[in-house]
Amino acid sequence: MSDLTRKTAAELADALAAGETTSVEITQVHLDRIAAVDGDATAGVHAFLHVDVEGALEQARASDERRAAGRPLHLLDGVPIAVKDVLTTQGLPTTCGSRILEGWVPPYDATVVTKVKAAGLPILGKTNMDEFAMGSSTEHSAYGPTRNPWDQTRIPGGSGGGSAAAVASYEAPLALGTDTGGSIRQPGAVTGTVGVKPTYGGVSRYGLVALANSLDQVGPVTRTVLDSALLHELIGGHDPLDSTSVDQPVGGLVDAARQGATGDLAGLKVGVIKELAGDGWQPGVMARFQETVELLTELGAAVTEISCPTFVHSLATYYLILPAECSSNLAKFDAMRYGLRVVPDGDPSAEAVMKATRDAGFGDEVKRRIMIGTYALSSGYYDAYYGQAQKVRTLIARDFTAAFEQVDVLVSPTSPTTAFPIGEKVDDPLAMYLQDLATIPANLAGVPGISVPAGLAEEDGLPVGFQVLAPALADDRLYRVGAAVEAALTSRWGGHLLEKAPVLEGVVR
Amino acid sequence: MTETLIPFDEVIEKFDPALGLEVHVELNTNTKMFCGCPTEFGAEPNTQVCPTCLGLPGAMPVVNGKAVESAIRIGLAMNCEIAEWCRFARKNYFYPDMPKNFQTSQYDEPIAFEGYLDVDIQTAAGETETYRVEIERAHMEEDTGKSLHVGGSDGRIHGAEYSLVDYNRAGIPLIEIVTKPILGTGDKAPLVAKAYVAALREILLGLGVSDVRMEQGSMRCDVNLSLAPKGSGVLGTRTETKNVNSLRSVERAVRYEMSRHAGVLLGGGAVLQETRHFHEDNGTTSPGRVKSDAEDYRYFPEPDLVPVAPSREWVEELRSTLPEPPAVRRARLQKEWGFSDLEMRDTVGAGALDLVEQTIAAGASPQAARKWWLAELSRRANDMGVDLSAVGVTPEQVAAVQALVDSGKINDKLARQVFDGLVAGEGTPEEIVAARGLEIVSDEGALSAAVDKAIADNPDVADKIRDGKVAAAGALIGAVMKEMRGQADAGRVRELILEKLG
Ligand SMILES: [Zn+2]
Repeated sequence: MSDLTRKTAAELADALAAGETTSVEITQVHLDRIAAVDGDATAGVHAFLHVDVEGALEQARASDERRAAGRPLHLLDGVPIAVKDVLTTQGLPTTCGSRILEGWVPPYDATVVTKVKAAGLPILGKTNMDEFAMGSSTEHSAYGPTRNPWDQTRIPGGSGGGSAAAVASYEAPLALGTDTGGSIRQPGAVTGTVGVKPTYGGVSRYGLVALANSLDQVGPVTRTVLDSALLHELIGGHDPLDSTSVDQPVGGLVDAARQGATGDLAGLKVGVIKELAGDGWQPGVMARFQETVELLTELGAAVTEISCPTFVHSLATYYLILPAECSSNLAKFDAMRYGLRVVPDGDPSAEAVMKATRDAGFGDEVKRRIMIGTYALSSGYYDAYYGQAQKVRTLIARDFTAAFEQVDVLVSPTSPTTAFPIGEKVDDPLAMYLQDLATIPANLAGVPGISVPAGLAEEDGLPVGFQVLAPALADDRLYRVGAAVEAALTSRWGGHLLEKAPVLEGVVR
Repeated sequence: MTETLIPFDEVIEKFDPALGLEVHVELNTNTKMFCGCPTEFGAEPNTQVCPTCLGLPGAMPVVNGKAVESAIRIGLAMNCEIAEWCRFARKNYFYPDMPKNFQTSQYDEPIAFEGYLDVDIQTAAGETETYRVEIERAHMEEDTGKSLHVGGSDGRIHGAEYSLVDYNRAGIPLIEIVTKPILGTGDKAPLVAKAYVAALREILLGLGVSDVRMEQGSMRCDVNLSLAPKGSGVLGTRTETKNVNSLRSVERAVRYEMSRHAGVLLGGGAVLQETRHFHEDNGTTSPGRVKSDAEDYRYFPEPDLVPVAPSREWVEELRSTLPEPPAVRRARLQKEWGFSDLEMRDTVGAGALDLVEQTIAAGASPQAARKWWLAELSRRANDMGVDLSAVGVTPEQVAAVQALVDSGKINDKLARQVFDGLVAGEGTPEEIVAARGLEIVSDEGALSAAVDKAIADNPDVADKIRDGKVAAAGALIGAVMKEMRGQADAGRVRELILEKLG
């Protein structure tokens, strides 16, 4: 069969189990695909910052040997995966898209990476991202932007644009992302892929280079809802190395996805969030959203409008809490132990080396957030900014609680717009921040969310995402609803949305 | 810079001192505060480290439950309230020996708060006075790494050619115990400071939560001091003298700072709010960093850790297993043993309390136990330069030696040889007596022959005794004991001499 890259992870797992292909073959075609379309900072998709050809093939060979011996480690044993460069990988460079970590090779694996390796998934490489996950376009990567496979003059979303673009351009069947304010879901929306932010604590954060610890979550980036469920069950669960991880086993997600795919949502109560739609939202986005809501009704769900009045303060709250935490997290990058070291002329003090290194190693967006966060935590301002933001955060969580007393899931468009042109918002931070308007509330409250493709906007022919939010620890509802929407729309479109994307030509180097 | 120092008596005439003590205690948990690295002292630099305590990107802390337990026990022993719910916080500042450039500590939610400790001091008149030191808080935090500045004259960063950092210490659990301002101590301020630290040290030893070795830095004391005009009732500007690392130094540092502050104030100057370094060699302090009120650590709750919420059941369980408070125990033992105040003070001062108690438990009388540990064994420990407990003799052995003396098999002088044998590892006291042939000779024939020989060898002395100068018998006893290599009952020898010459 000519194109294994077009298969979903579940299909690849079946093919492996049936002996129709090998992990080496699957891994090689993806490596070939990367070589053909990924390019570099100047051209191509540029989803990867580092491709581990040798390592991936070695893991694939080991997987094939296990399977030949009748001892596969997991359903997905042998199915390759891409890993966002914010997750530590022993022996593989981890830069977080920043110059300050250029050349750093971690001596340890993130827990999710350990789990992926223990299940036998070959790691293709590390994917591009906004520097330290700060951004919604991947333009803030110090190593050059990732390009949207639907239109390479446009952004693939961010911060996890690399993972989403890798999956959307068939460079990888699966990828790991991280979502602090929408970094999995918004790239999923604008690339026509599926992205899930699990319940806060549902997946270990150990080895995730923290952006904002109280908001970060690792999650799956895939082309189908079922693939996300498979990966989510693999990476989820309690980790003794992360005491904020939830102490209960993950499960029932794959079953929920299979059940949802039957298309029966009878009895499901759905709330449309009033505050996350309307004026200022791209008409094509709203049109696809409305259609999808109607689809839910057709599938048997009862849809009502729900007001969450505090959500209008989400962005302001987020942009105090996040910079506060990240200003402290990023203090460790001081040239003393690892990463970049810039030594000024003369006989500089340790402090002068720290200063010069941080000046050269951090990009503007990172510096901006460090300054905001430092200010927000300063004595005399703490109560007015960080303290106040925490109070509003509590109110936002209460709005969710109240809403989930009335409905089973909440829905909204994932992002207010489709993919915008590269360079359009890079000098306008506030316009960029607005991209995450609909995704941020879930991070502030710790509830899970999914983005599934809802079609293309008429005005630009670009993908629109449909977001489903569920109560904490009810991640299974995301999969049930997501899979139902996916099944109905896929049959309406006559195939996966990505089949409408332009065929990528090879990059001429 | 030369300081004007005011004589202590004059300081007391004109000023009221206010003390404050901040003591950092390294817990003796097997692993660090937030990771599984070992905590052993003295390992090769940077061998007891991992991603978490090195602050590598992505690594996360997990609270050491044993450290929380120790913190609660310390809080309870200091009569503190124990928080029902508290969090760790980040204390943000840059320094190369801080792996994350923030210290994970506790800020406004300490695990223990509002306690007190009663400390006794001895006045010049020999009276005991008790002061109540109020405890503001005890909180958990992690230690920093250790910087070694190479090439400078005094090991300080200024003038150093380069600096090395050892992160073995980074992440070792610390408890910081902070007093409220200690007022009204007057001329006793240096003594109260010392007595507080000594009492705290004793409590921690009793709890078994720390090695509390001040010389190794497992207990470090910062001394805050300010002076206010006598009777004014206000608080003056304070200085914080860092890392005062012996009990004697605590007393000296307080005394010195009182004299120095008074010099500044009487000279019309203002005391600078600053940290100061204490110099063990000459007992003075020198300025460190100027502390401005604007110093801002930007504390906020540590988002990578869940709150610590010790159940009341657990706290009560820990309370019920607390050891007897040292002062109560001392009073009880003194009464049981019938020691005088002086005997008790010497026993405690020599670090012999536990050893004496165990020796008595093994069967020795209190006075015998005290005698061996305070005289014979203290002298040996001193000569060897080790703690009394490391002298190489156990309480059970001391009791066994005393049992041999009581049975008349050996005397005190022979007992000292038995201790030689014990220190040299020659076996049990009985084995040493047998191997060295130390048993007192009770064979009357051999003794009688030795007496006859001594009389024959010393006719002049024998004549004097015959003439009634009984005191001269000492010379003959000495000769007999020498002949018998000490293994004779001197009383019996005397009787025999007097019988034969009477
Ligand atoms: Zn460690």
